[in-house]
Amino acid sequence: MSLILPFFTGLLFGVGLVISGMSNPANVIAFLDLAGNWDPGLAFVMLGAVVTFGAGFPILRKRQGKPLFSDKFTLPASTSLDRKLISGAIIFGVGWGIGGFCPGPALVNVLTGSAQGLLFVASMLIGMLVAVYRKS
Amino acid sequence: MNESFTYSSLLPSLLGGVMIGAAALMLMSSHGRIMGISGITSRLLKPVAGDIDWRVSFLAGLIVTPLVLQFSSRVQMQVVTDVSAPTLILAGLLVGFGTVYGNGCTSGHGVCGVSRLSRRSLVATLTFLATAMLTATLLRLVWGA
Repeated sequence: MSLILPFFTGLLFGVGLVISGMSNPANVIAFLDLAGNWDPGLAFVMLGAVVTFGAGFPILRKRQGKPLFSDKFTLPASTSLDRKLISGAIIFGVGWGIGGFCPGPALVNVLTGSAQGLLFVASMLIGMLVAVYRKS
Repeated sequence: MNESFTYSSLLPSLLGGVMIGAAALMLMSSHGRIMGISGITSRLLKPVAGDIDWRVSFLAGLIVTPLVLQFSSRVQMQVVTDVSAPTLILAGLLVGFGTVYGNGCTSGHGVCGVSRLSRRSLVATLTFLATAMLTATLLRLVWGA
């Protein structure tokens, strides 16, 4: 069960991305490009997700002493607004603005047969590798 | 996806968003983890024993989504981009590097972090949203794509 549940969690996330239209980079660019035919969709996706998680998380923490399959809730401890956080966000933002793909929607596109999706994911993994091994 | 399934109304956006938030709650409840796709993926690139299986399982579920949708409801996903191959490679490298360097992406910082009112995630989200808007707007104004 501890292995089956994350599979369906990932699937639920993927279906959410498709239903919301966010798996299609054209819809993402339509939100990011303020000079084009602007589409507020992405803001409503974020709203739905943030309200759901924001409302559910405190209740979950109150009712559940620990996760079903783990000893503890693993939450980021750092609170510092360092240069790495800001520069990483800027670099990510530039890449997102160019292609309209962020990591989740890119991965959900891998098996659609879209060559562009595959090319993006391959490049993204290389970029991640560089950062992962640079960090240590 | 067919045309009527995309952007005729904002209801699909909200509904999809609620599903994304629900998935984040499920992962928190089952494994106590933040549902951040960049982190879930990148920590498999330098795997730590005992912290692998749930990541692989989650990503497998995410990746098979188009197949499940096609078989269950004949929904054909639409992927539309006018970006050239070299530009997509550049975008991929930036997104991969930036999300790992800045410790999160749209899901980890944008959804989970903002919901928890994490100061770091709020700042990161405002930063990458503003940068992405600036980039997308300028690029398409300059090249008129």
